[in-house]
Amino acid sequence: MSDKKNEIDDVSGTETTGHEWDGIKELNTPLPRWWIGIFYACIVWAIGYWIVMPAWPTLNGYTHGWFNHSQRDDVMAQVGLLKAARASKERELSNATLAQIQSNPELLQFAQAEGKSAFGDNCAPCHGSGGQGAHGYPNLNDDVWLWGGSLADIQHTITVGVRSTAAETRQSQMPSFGRDAMLKPAQVDDLTEYVVHLSGRPANGAAVTRATKLFADNCAMCHGPEGKGNRTMGAPNLTDNDWLYGPRREDIHDQIWNGHGGVMPTWGGRLTPETIKALAVYVHGLGGGE
Amino acid sequence: MQVQTETPWRLDHIIIPLILFLGFCAGMAEWARSPDWRMVVQGWTFAGCMAVIGAWYMWMYSGRVPDDESGPYCDTVVKAGVVAAMFWGIAGMLVGVIIALQLSFPNLFYFPDLAWTNFGRLRPLHTSAVIFAFGGNVLIATSFYVVQRTCKARLWGGSLPWFVFWGYNTFILLAGTGYLLGITQAREYAEPEWYADIWLTIVWVCYLLTFLGAIMKRKEPHIYVANWFYLAFIVTIAVLHIVNNLAMPVSLLGSKSYSLFSGVQDALIQWWYGHNAVGFFLTAGFLGIVYYFIPKRAQRPVYSYRLSIIHFWSLIFIYIWAGPHHLLFTALPEWVQTLGMTFSIILWMPSWGGMINGLMTLSGAWDKLRTDPVLRMLVVSVAFYGMATFEGPVMSIKTVNALSHYTNWTIGHVHSGALGWVGYVSFGAIYCLVPWLWKKKLYSNALVEWHFWISTLGIVLYITSMWVAGIMQGLMWRAYNDYGFLEYSFVEVVQAMHPYYIIRAIGGAMYLAGTLVMAFNLWRTVSNGAPEISLPKDMIAEPAQ
Repeated sequence: MSDKKNEIDDVSGTETTGHEWDGIKELNTPLPRWWIGIFYACIVWAIGYWIVMPAWPTLNGYTHGWFNHSQRDDVMAQVGLLKAARASKERELSNATLAQIQSNPELLQFAQAEGKSAFGDNCAPCHGSGGQGAHGYPNLNDDVWLWGGSLADIQHTITVGVRSTAAETRQSQMPSFGRDAMLKPAQVDDLTEYVVHLSGRPANGAAVTRATKLFADNCAMCHGPEGKGNRTMGAPNLTDNDWLYGPRREDIHDQIWNGHGGVMPTWGGRLTPETIKALAVYVHGLGGGE
Repeated sequence: MQVQTETPWRLDHIIIPLILFLGFCAGMAEWARSPDWRMVVQGWTFAGCMAVIGAWYMWMYSGRVPDDESGPYCDTVVKAGVVAAMFWGIAGMLVGVIIALQLSFPNLFYFPDLAWTNFGRLRPLHTSAVIFAFGGNVLIATSFYVVQRTCKARLWGGSLPWFVFWGYNTFILLAGTGYLLGITQAREYAEPEWYADIWLTIVWVCYLLTFLGAIMKRKEPHIYVANWFYLAFIVTIAVLHIVNNLAMPVSLLGSKSYSLFSGVQDALIQWWYGHNAVGFFLTAGFLGIVYYFIPKRAQRPVYSYRLSIIHFWSLIFIYIWAGPHHLLFTALPEWVQTLGMTFSIILWMPSWGGMINGLMTLSGAWDKLRTDPVLRMLVVSVAFYGMATFEGPVMSIKTVNALSHYTNWTIGHVHSGALGWVGYVSFGAIYCLVPWLWKKKLYSNALVEWHFWISTLGIVLYITSMWVAGIMQGLMWRAYNDYGFLEYSFVEVVQAMHPYYIIRAIGGAMYLAGTLVMAFNLWRTVSNGAPEISLPKDMIAEPAQ
């Protein structure tokens, strides 16, 4: 600072620096002591941290610090601990049959916990976080099963998937009767009435009569002569008023016309056999297991 | 009166038209030859901008001396910057509200056939519009205004400031339309592709020249602190921008390019850039605003010259190290993480130096906060700055970051800085600038009060909802049950966010509403506000040359 006396600010009693820019002056207030104190403390703390932890690059590596700490080792150790904590139960799960799991309350609880966790991250995006399903995605809480609701059936469906890539995947195909011109539009209309009739709802009698032979010729092979479905072919029961693609006449008409069929991935190979077992037990326990 | 000493020929009258002509040709070439229809659109947009700017340039000089070369200072270009900032600010905040609603109600604004309405394209549009379009125009306008006043010198280069203004806004248009077309480098806050980056580099060098030129020509013995910060912002952004965008285009006729770096080095370069875009664009630049507009508005001297020196140098030295804290617990080597975290902690006090100087400048003028909502806005912005620059170092601590990383807490942190600090300091400066530039009395102080309270409530809703949502999210992700399996699935965590997303959208909409009130107020001020009868003495500009 210059020798000459600078102007003193009236309010604070502090000297200004004597500069002025566009009417703005500056006070020559010293640095706040708490500010400089905390600043130094932070630097000291950082230096301490550098001494004990990996911090600075060197020509052929880096300073490892007193503790020779490694974040990666920490992660591996934690994953190892988790695996160790689960290991005995996981082994039991691996060796037990599905029936044995069911009859062992402790193991069942473990399987349910693993199944819930795996379900949330793998199945919930389509089937809903509570397994409640959605339009085109089966509800897993009810007792309606396309491919069977026993533990073994569920396990198999999860393992191979539906209309998926595995060689032995669950395979069925509802034809697109309308779109592929296999039936005339009027016949699809009549069949719609027939299916409505099958589900026990009032329907156009004349149409039902006309469609009786159509149903026997085109639908009965998979859905059965009485429309009760066939689990070996994944053909839904048409009499139970449970509709994957919607209950309204236009929904049913749309399904006969277009023949929608969803895809479920092949989880075998992506999830471990133990996880699939756990998932089967969990889904079975959602409410509809047979 | 100023005497215009025209030299027979001027360099800027050759170089700027040449740049515009070459730019026009490049745009036309893309339009005519590119096999990629998106690049054709970009070429057409760019050539169109060049043509319009060229026509405007000829008009400005047609048979007259433009205002910016006859008056003591280039002020019309500052006015243009203020208008552009308000336009982009409203656009960017509107997109922000839209994407907040998309997150709350995914089906509400969902058009599968219109790819440009997708969240993935609108999100960078929002961030770039508010940071670079709004913030950038505010910085260019205020830096032009401040450097001329505090140096008593005109911006350097004749029409160069205007080229900076138009060139920068051309970049914004090119980048924004590019995002909507699906063109992106997928680098956060550096999404524009190689050709837009080259254009910005040219414009930015011109910005540096015109700004530095004013400082070189200054009539004051010393350089004012606001100009240190502006200069640090301009220089560092140039370095960050160039290094982070080093990339090889697949073809000169296509938009796609590949970064010169790969793997974790690429990530580190990107976050060295990303964090210092915060440090030098959103902090240093706006501290320049604080150092001019707060003492000016409060009519008090700056609290401490010594503090301004120490915190300036410590801030710019330390900020540049803090980038790795964006990559804690990733493939980044642990020693780099350590440096990023420790320097972030050291950065706490250098950041707070600006807050202390901003707040303590009010000593002797605290009573003005009751009556002057503009000054209150400026001061509250500094308070939010202090809060965000405390929260930042806290979040960089590894144990805290293990919880906060990837959660909405980060979004809340960013917005307490963006809405509270950058937004408010910009609004405060613009509320000062419009009456000063247009020489009109501000239309309504009551509307400023409305703006202040609506947007303050909006900020509070925004950041508190994101804090709660973020901490909850972090806790849910790491919750294990007794058997060592994750307690919650990802979808369940998303479901839990729903109410907070709605509160956030409301907060954002309130902030936008405040800005609309401001735009109305400014528009009325300019269109039919009462003329300022007598300007304060220090407002009467002295001749620059």
